[in-house]
Amino acid sequence: MSALEEIEVRDGVDRETIETVQAMAGKYKHGWETDIEMEYAPKGLSEDIVRLISEKNGEPEWMLEWRLAAYRRWLQMEEPRWAMLNYPEIDYQDQYYYAKPKSMAAKPKSLDEVDPKLLATYEKLGIPLKEQMLLAGVEGSDEPRRVAVDAVFDSVSVGTTFKEELKKAGVIFCSISEAIKEHPELVKKYLGSVVPQSDNFFATLNSAVFSDGSFVYIPEGTRCPMELSTYFRINAENTGQFERTLIIADKGAYVSYLEGCTAPKRDTHQLHAAVVEIVILDDAEVKYSTVQNWYPGDEEGKGGIYNFVTKRADCRGARSKVMWTQVETGSAITWKYPSCILRGDDSQGEFYSIAIANNAQQADTGTKMIHLGKNTKSRIVSKGISAGRAQNTYRGLVTMHPKATNSRNYTQCDSLLIGDKCGAHTVPYIEVKNNSSRVEHEATTSKVDDDQLFYCRSRGMDEEEAVALVVNGFCKEVLQALPMEFAMEAQSLVAISLEGSVG
Amino acid sequence: MLEIKNLHVKLEDDEKVILKGLNLTVETGKVHAIMGPNGSGKSTLSYVLSGRDGYEVTDGSATLDGVELLEMEPEERAAAGLFLAFQYPVEIPGVGNMTFLRTAVNAQRKARGEEEMSAGEFLKVVREKAKSLKIDAEMMKRPVNVGFSGGEKKRNEILQMAMLEPKMCILDETDSGLDVDAMKLVAEGVNALRNEGRSFLVITHYQRLLDHIKPDVVHIMADGRIVKTGGPELALEVENNGYADILAEVL
Ligand SMILES: Nc1ncnc2c1ncn2[C@@H]1O[C@H](COP(=O)(O)OP(=O)(O)OP(=O)(O)O)[C@@H](O)[C@H]1O
Ligand SMILES: [Mg+2]
Repeated sequence: MSALEEIEVRDGVDRETIETVQAMAGKYKHGWETDIEMEYAPKGLSEDIVRLISEKNGEPEWMLEWRLAAYRRWLQMEEPRWAMLNYPEIDYQDQYYYAKPKSMAAKPKSLDEVDPKLLATYEKLGIPLKEQMLLAGVEGSDEPRRVAVDAVFDSVSVGTTFKEELKKAGVIFCSISEAIKEHPELVKKYLGSVVPQSDNFFATLNSAVFSDGSFVYIPEGTRCPMELSTYFRINAENTGQFERTLIIADKGAYVSYLEGCTAPKRDTHQLHAAVVEIVILDDAEVKYSTVQNWYPGDEEGKGGIYNFVTKRADCRGARSKVMWTQVETGSAITWKYPSCILRGDDSQGEFYSIAIANNAQQADTGTKMIHLGKNTKSRIVSKGISAGRAQNTYRGLVTMHPKATNSRNYTQCDSLLIGDKCGAHTVPYIEVKNNSSRVEHEATTSKVDDDQLFYCRSRGMDEEEAVALVVNGFCKEVLQALPMEFAMEAQSLVAISLEGSVG
Repeated sequence: MLEIKNLHVKLEDDEKVILKGLNLTVETGKVHAIMGPNGSGKSTLSYVLSGRDGYEVTDGSATLDGVELLEMEPEERAAAGLFLAFQYPVEIPGVGNMTFLRTAVNAQRKARGEEEMSAGEFLKVVREKAKSLKIDAEMMKRPVNVGFSGGEKKRNEILQMAMLEPKMCILDETDSGLDVDAMKLVAEGVNALRNEGRSFLVITHYQRLLDHIKPDVVHIMADGRIVKTGGPELALEVENNGYADILAEVL
């Protein structure tokens, strides 16, 4: 194959995406809802509700105690207000904390027993819940790529695919509620070991009321035979979603994990407070990619998800590696700082982010790189795009502890403005407590360039296609860090979330 | 056929008038050249024809095969068959040259209600055309015009033109910044596209390019108007004597 053909395969991704985008008429395309009978816990939050959630999940006593401890701690905490986010007071008593499709009352033993309405929901979202189905649109790859999926619908995990095959490799991939029952020794050992119960207001709330989420364990020396993914769907109204994900990569293990999220269009705001903990032991590597596409609210800022998420990876072992890649296009409010604790010597953390805020969206997002071990390295590439009246803040912390000698950080932080009513802000915190480490920070802010748009249009592209192309170019570095399936989805999302931002 | 009648153009947020009653007709299948002193409005004419923002048309019309161009969006003009090879091609970081070209080709095809070009066919055609312009695979992979040398940018414009197969091609100083060999390549590229259905408007300061691309008609533009029109010999006259005599004669 000549060089030209090879390029075409990679470049073809952008092409197809643009075609897909053009073909899609609507704006937020996952805004429909599933009409399904739900069982709710009573509205509001109390010890009784915490007990009820634990009971519904059939949890052992130790788990309930853990939740209650978190709940009591949470009662004494205050919601953080330091982020550059402006939203009305959240009434924590005016929410449901548990919602489960009635058809899930008895846990289906296999996917064949799952309510067809639920299966149809995921099919419509393009998420393959049948093992012979593949993620759509992976053209040109020689070998079809298989992705195992854990599908979480409101408060419960609907099902997990490829479980048997993964089990053969020694990989555990199941819902966290299942893991609490089936693998208590692992959960007890690691849950809360990266994000403690009392870490922050939202994480503590999550510790008390999390209903489900995914659990992954990759045993020593094992390369996970396929990509793993969790797909979160909020469907019920006035219901918070609090999922909890725990990933453990034992010595020398490798896994690439993907996370996707969508929600129906609703006029009211909905709360989402998730926690993701990743433990990485010696020589292990975890890649965690997110395409966050929660409903962003309408042009006026009515409705949309309030997204308060705590994600943290602990590179506990020597030479361990983590890579966070996120594409944040949805949500009315995003408060999210996937972080890396570089504890092991020679460990590495990377953070690649695209955050798009259009219309009335507000995003305050970034990362923390905590260098504790010697010769640790971190890299941050953040691309913020603001359009409409949106506000987009990059907030990042890099610390080099006294023992983290010979460590390096490189941060690159670029903001792109579309129109003149939006804002971009960069808030970097840097602390270096030893003499041999080095931190580099580069930041740029630019406007989408009229000459570039005219050049594209003079070649026949319409304005939105031109903007999508230019913005995708701006994000290229981060898009390239995503697995191929997600790169395509992400590119089309970039275009969709910027619709109406020009002209 | 491109027909420009009594075109008056001023800057949008300034009183400055640049085109002052310009008349010009390029018949289908012909090659016309425009020469004229710096600042006479040649690039402005090409921008106004392609629909760039920032100019206000206060009078006149410009039609391509009878269809008014000045009311269309830039992309509609492109789909109608107009192409401008920019005097200063624009860089687009992060967007592969190949992706850009294919997006453009298919956008135009779609706008005209035609079948899109398949990936295989596109690749075949683009490789062939890139080769004849000595554009290598590496350059197709790089982001559009980013880090291209002046001459590479100009050749890239001609590649786009060859791929888009426009009816009316405007070349704004495509020869400036080209070395002798590159100029030959570009001229060959243009000549290969010459046919009875396609017209060219070649803006240049030098006879050199016109040695290779033989024009049917040469116009002299000054102060926002076409002031003199003649055969290829007019370009030679400019080359030898400059504009002074011609301008003195018409003013
Ligand atoms: N956007 C603008 N703002 C201010 N002046 C402008 C603008 N566009 C064009 N002009 C002026 O209009 C006149 C014509 O410019 P134009 O670029 O069309 O000339 P040209 O004939 O292409 O010159 P050259 O041979 O140097 O390329 C010049 O005086 C130029 O400074
Ligand atoms: Mg000019």
